[in-house]
Amino acid sequence: MNEYCPGTESEQAGKTSSCQGCPNQKICSSGATKAPDPAIAEIGAKMSTVKHKILVLSGKGGVGKSTFSAHLAHALASDGTKEVAVLDVDICGPSIPRIMGLEGEQVHQSGSGWSPVYVDDNLAVMSIGFLLSSPDDAVIWRGPKKNGMIKQFLRDVDWGDLDYLIVDTPPGTSDEHLSLIQYLSATHVDGAVIITTPQEVSLQDVRKEIRFCQKVKMPIIGVVENMSGFVCPSCKNTSQIFPPTSGGAERMCADLHLPLLGKVPLDPRIARSCDEGKSFLHEVPDSPAAEVYLSIVHSIQDYCSNRVTEEQSTT
Amino acid sequence: MEQSNDGNLSQVRHVVLVLSGKGGVGKSTITTELALALRHAGKKVGILDVDLCGPSIPHMLGVGRPDVHQCDSGWVPVYADAQKGLALMSIGFLLEDPDEAVVWRGPKKTAMIAQFVSDVAWGELDVLLVDTPPGTSDEHLAVLENLKKHRVDGAVLVTTPQAVSTGDVRREITFCKKTGVRILGIIENMSGFVCPHCSECSNIFSKGGGEELAKLTGSTFLGAVPLDPLLSGAMEEGADFIRSFPDSASFGAISTISRALLCDLEGA
Repeated sequence: MNEYCPGTESEQAGKTSSCQGCPNQKICSSGATKAPDPAIAEIGAKMSTVKHKILVLSGKGGVGKSTFSAHLAHALASDGTKEVAVLDVDICGPSIPRIMGLEGEQVHQSGSGWSPVYVDDNLAVMSIGFLLSSPDDAVIWRGPKKNGMIKQFLRDVDWGDLDYLIVDTPPGTSDEHLSLIQYLSATHVDGAVIITTPQEVSLQDVRKEIRFCQKVKMPIIGVVENMSGFVCPSCKNTSQIFPPTSGGAERMCADLHLPLLGKVPLDPRIARSCDEGKSFLHEVPDSPAAEVYLSIVHSIQDYCSNRVTEEQSTT
Repeated sequence: MEQSNDGNLSQVRHVVLVLSGKGGVGKSTITTELALALRHAGKKVGILDVDLCGPSIPHMLGVGRPDVHQCDSGWVPVYADAQKGLALMSIGFLLEDPDEAVVWRGPKKTAMIAQFVSDVAWGELDVLLVDTPPGTSDEHLAVLENLKKHRVDGAVLVTTPQAVSTGDVRREITFCKKTGVRILGIIENMSGFVCPHCSECSNIFSKGGGEELAKLTGSTFLGAVPLDPLLSGAMEEGADFIRSFPDSASFGAISTISRALLCDLEGA
């Protein structure tokens, strides 16, 4: 692969000095690669049976995106009349299978596409984790190959009719995120939930993610501040393990006029539930963290219903 | 050609990658702390921050947003101390607006990293630490490909105790094996929290995963660093944690780890 390839869809495709000698140069410079990808329309059609699409983003790693995505899905699916699915597009570090108790599961292909793996009758999951045969397998792919996988996930998974599709993403603002936005451009995405922790070191990455969302016109449903304080189970005093030295998510949301959906405290039982593949909402429903989570989920449900009401009133 | 490719690294005695696979485990924090510990041990240290989307090191070292200058041999690194014993290069320095996202696809990231690796005039260094983003993708391949002409001593892998974390780090270990990078050892970060009020230890992110992972994969377990609000606070303020909190539990752990690392690098 050409190391300095400007990208087949770039304005410079086929025209830069690093394109000299590349076997695809003629194709790129003819403009053929800049024609819209037919997959976008196909994905648009596929997504027409999905009522609500929610992206879970951060910018910063390790803030609890996958934990949040999984538990948002569990909470929404607790209403047995709703069909819910999680799509994990973290190609290098797919955490969703473990967190949802599906490690070792494999996907099946049928005439209508790939079948997702089911946690419950109304809760389905797709992740590259299901395509790897061993927990030691590394996915050492460059951008274009990751993009191809994401396209397949969106186009070829047989979700059926869904009320909610939650898309869990890796940290950053790169190939995976650009591809997601690109491939979903022919369908309506309700919005993104942005996850952060209280420290400035997280917020500085999260502000970039928010800027990215604004650039690609992705609505932001709101911000969740995770790991927001720790109450010692022994003496009940609170410690700020990840101190909000610059005002935490609260200050950032005030500055950027974004809703703060909730502040979830640290609870060792969350990590344990995730490792065991169980929902901590089910395991420790009386935990303060569980209460905050449920209130966040309600806010998200309200946001999604209001969008439907708005659309109906304008048509 | 070979000479000029290795030119800027020719006086760098050791190169250590700091990897994880998992995001948010403390790669940048550990990189910063190891750099400070090595500096306090009298070594000349450099940090190359190749996390293009989320460059954390400038903030942690409190260097702000300095201008980056060029000299005949390339970019002059930013020095975090007056004695010029701790040098740093990060994409963070090249961004005009710190809130502006670097929204680049793989090929552009690869090209930028190639420049970073070859075109920084490090001068004489004992150890160059390379802080990486999570994953096993363009950035990681680019770093290795561009360091091929210079020796990479190996990689330190950072994990937290949870299975969700070690699960990703196992894949990173495979990456190292496939790309011929020696694993210098595994560090378990966020390893327990001792309540400052009552001294009760809580395993907020589970327990023991790092050591288990080391055993499972036949790697060296370098040590465990506890959750420490003093450390997090110092990182936030860009303060020298080593100087400010020499009595903290994390300081002890980090010193032990940096000594073991130095022993390994200088003995090899």
